[in-house]
Amino acid sequence: MILARVVGTVVATRKDPRLEGKKLLIIKPVTPDGKDEAGYVVAVDTVSAGNRELVIAVSGSSARMAEGCKDHPVDTAIIGIVDSVSLDEPLAKAARKG
Amino acid sequence: MFLARVIGRVWATVKDPKLEGQRLLIIQPLTPELTATGRRMVVADSVGSGAGELVYCCRGKESSFPFLPSEVPTDTCVVGIIDEMHVDRKRQSEC
Amino acid sequence: MLIARVIGEVVSTQKHESHEGQKIMLAQPLHLDGTNRGDAVVALDTVDAGIGDRVLVVTEGFSAMTSAGRPQSPIDMAIIGVIDHVELAE
Repeated sequence: MILARVVGTVVATRKDPRLEGKKLLIIKPVTPDGKDEAGYVVAVDTVSAGNRELVIAVSGSSARMAEGCKDHPVDTAIIGIVDSVSLDEPLAKAARKG
Repeated sequence: MFLARVIGRVWATVKDPKLEGQRLLIIQPLTPELTATGRRMVVADSVGSGAGELVYCCRGKESSFPFLPSEVPTDTCVVGIIDEMHVDRKRQSEC
Repeated sequence: MLIARVIGEVVSTQKHESHEGQKIMLAQPLHLDGTNRGDAVVALDTVDAGIGDRVLVVTEGFSAMTSAGRPQSPIDMAIIGVIDHVELAE
């Protein structure tokens, strides 16, 4: 799973019928300390996330295990809204340096 | 599967109902020489690991299997805590 | 499947029950010219490979689980062959 920030919405009228009624959001991956990372993905929202919110997204076939996504053509799903992140700074720094 | 170090935790109140009671950790993937490699990520935990521990993680849908019959929507999961590791990149057998 | 060199082993007491009694190895995937390809991976060993062996690693869950004899378990990679030799066309 990755931490990501909601940065937009996708609206599509003509789409796979199994995506009817699903909210599609554009999310940008962020590091645990909140810095934006390159790239973006379009994800199905299952927790009513809002713009700029920090969320947890699951990808791959596991995304189909999210609420209401069973057997749907979904490869990334938003499954949680982050309250807080605790990072052991010295540990994180040490792990980065090796 | 891959090596990683547990470096933090994430709390979320609003989440998929199947994530209730699930501990979510932040890990940093590592090489066998214990240098960081790749992006830090949020993972589920099936073995009760904690901050600072060296672990190995499973990726993909298989990572949700420890929680069966509940279908937890996770794509990466800690599956073991590492006690010891032996690395020898020099040795090359005839095979 | 990938060609990899076994570069180490991992000892773990607290782990998922499906990994119990299985050898856990560190394998470095290789390019065809023998140079390293990406990061080393952790794989269950189903063929009794040793450190230094060149092996075949399956990187897909279903194949890995069934070769380890543990269906429906969190296993996404397994060593399923020790390579005798590789022949490449010119």
